[in-house]
Amino acid sequence: MKKESWKEGWIRIVVVAGLILLIELLCRFDIIPASVMIPPSQMLVHLKEVLASGKFDQDIRASLINIVSASFGAVILGFLVGLIVHSMPPLRKAIEPLLASYYAVPTFIFYPVFIVLLGVGALPIIAIGVLLAIVTMITATLSGLDRIPRVMRKSAQVFRMRRWKTALYIELPAALPYLFSGVKLAVAYAFIGVIASEFILSGTGIGYAISYAYNNFEMQDMYALMLFVLLLVSAINMVLNVFDRRFQARRQR
Amino acid sequence: MFSFFRKSGGTVLVLLALLLIWQLLHIKVGSGALSSPLATIIKLFEMLSSGELTPHLIETGTALLYALLIAIFGGVALGLLLGVHRLSGNVAEPILLNLYAIPKVTLYPLVLLIFGLGLSAKVAFGVMHGLIPILVFTMNALRQMKPVYMRAARTLHTPLHQMVMHVLLPAILPEVIAGLRLGFSLTLLGVLIGEMFASQRGLGYLITNAMGLGDISTIMAVALLLTVFAVTCNALFMLFDHRLQHK
Repeated sequence: MKKESWKEGWIRIVVVAGLILLIELLCRFDIIPASVMIPPSQMLVHLKEVLASGKFDQDIRASLINIVSASFGAVILGFLVGLIVHSMPPLRKAIEPLLASYYAVPTFIFYPVFIVLLGVGALPIIAIGVLLAIVTMITATLSGLDRIPRVMRKSAQVFRMRRWKTALYIELPAALPYLFSGVKLAVAYAFIGVIASEFILSGTGIGYAISYAYNNFEMQDMYALMLFVLLLVSAINMVLNVFDRRFQARRQR
Repeated sequence: MFSFFRKSGGTVLVLLALLLIWQLLHIKVGSGALSSPLATIIKLFEMLSSGELTPHLIETGTALLYALLIAIFGGVALGLLLGVHRLSGNVAEPILLNLYAIPKVTLYPLVLLIFGLGLSAKVAFGVMHGLIPILVFTMNALRQMKPVYMRAARTLHTPLHQMVMHVLLPAILPEVIAGLRLGFSLTLLGVLIGEMFASQRGLGYLITNAMGLGDISTIMAVALLLTVFAVTCNALFMLFDHRLQHK
């Protein structure tokens, strides 16, 4: 099994490297014209220059702060809402069909309303991020709490543990793998919400910088920033996956 | 009818509460900032009856239809391939999940440069959003199918086309429907985003245009229309899924 997954890892690296190489060659031989896409190697070189010069530092910082705030907000609020809803079965029954169709609604069309309510600036962007990310966290919390084996709560009763001790030492660790899946998705959704809002109506952030570069035909900057987002999301995803795999392994034990 | 109310009365109450919150917000910030629920519904009907919306509806509908066709057929076909061949499925899965997590708005300049302004860019945007979830759900459905089904079919010497029609497809259908449900929402989202940036027609364009003009009542009317449409389609998928489970 272990050997097999190593093999898969290597094949995966070869496949991804091959694709990048293919794009590089297509660009170099002008099959993809330079007006459409610049070669990946040039993107990387330019990204290094841009990061060294600090040209987009402010935008990157603004986006990261928004994404981190939106993620934290969605995870904490989603967890609390999940706890409350789980403790009230009638409410849960009423809300569940709505939660299931929540992602059918294109949330960010309400962005202008948020601007009116919260003013121009970071707050409406964070609000969209939270709004997009919170429901996965609620759903994950609900399913995590559902799947705590009954025997665990019973043993806690046998040991006459206090309520808060049961919650902290038994229920939370048992639900953690599911909660973490929620966290992983919430971060991805916060990313999407923040960057998309910056694209639509904003004066700062990576999304804004990309659309600005596009409108001014600054292809080098545009592709450097796009590459930056791709690399950042992939890196964050990988880190979260490492933790996720550990939690999942514990679940199966 | 009565049992319907007993079963979903809670949901209706929650919806009414949401409407109440909307109304209260409207009273607090004024109609310049957020139009009231009633005004929004009236505005929507006005737009529908005056024919103002019709060309945009047709435009968005066409793009959504094309994008859905490509996303569904492409997603299911690729999902079947990757599901059958375990090694390529295992290799592809993390790559696909990573692509899924990327904010695809970032790539919109690239899509525009390849497809130009117009219908094809919107369709491409919709497909980019909707294809991967359908693919992943189909692939996992096939991988997690109980091997005993296939073994039983083989023992009975079932011909291939019967095996596909009577064993394989019914076994994976619930999962595929769940994938389609998510894929449908995301395709709609993708098409709308495409229209917001890359179009002169369609509902997405209407929203961006209204944003520029600060025309909140139009935004809310279109948002309401989209919400009702998306939630209704989603409910139909869920109903279909429910039927399948209880057959």
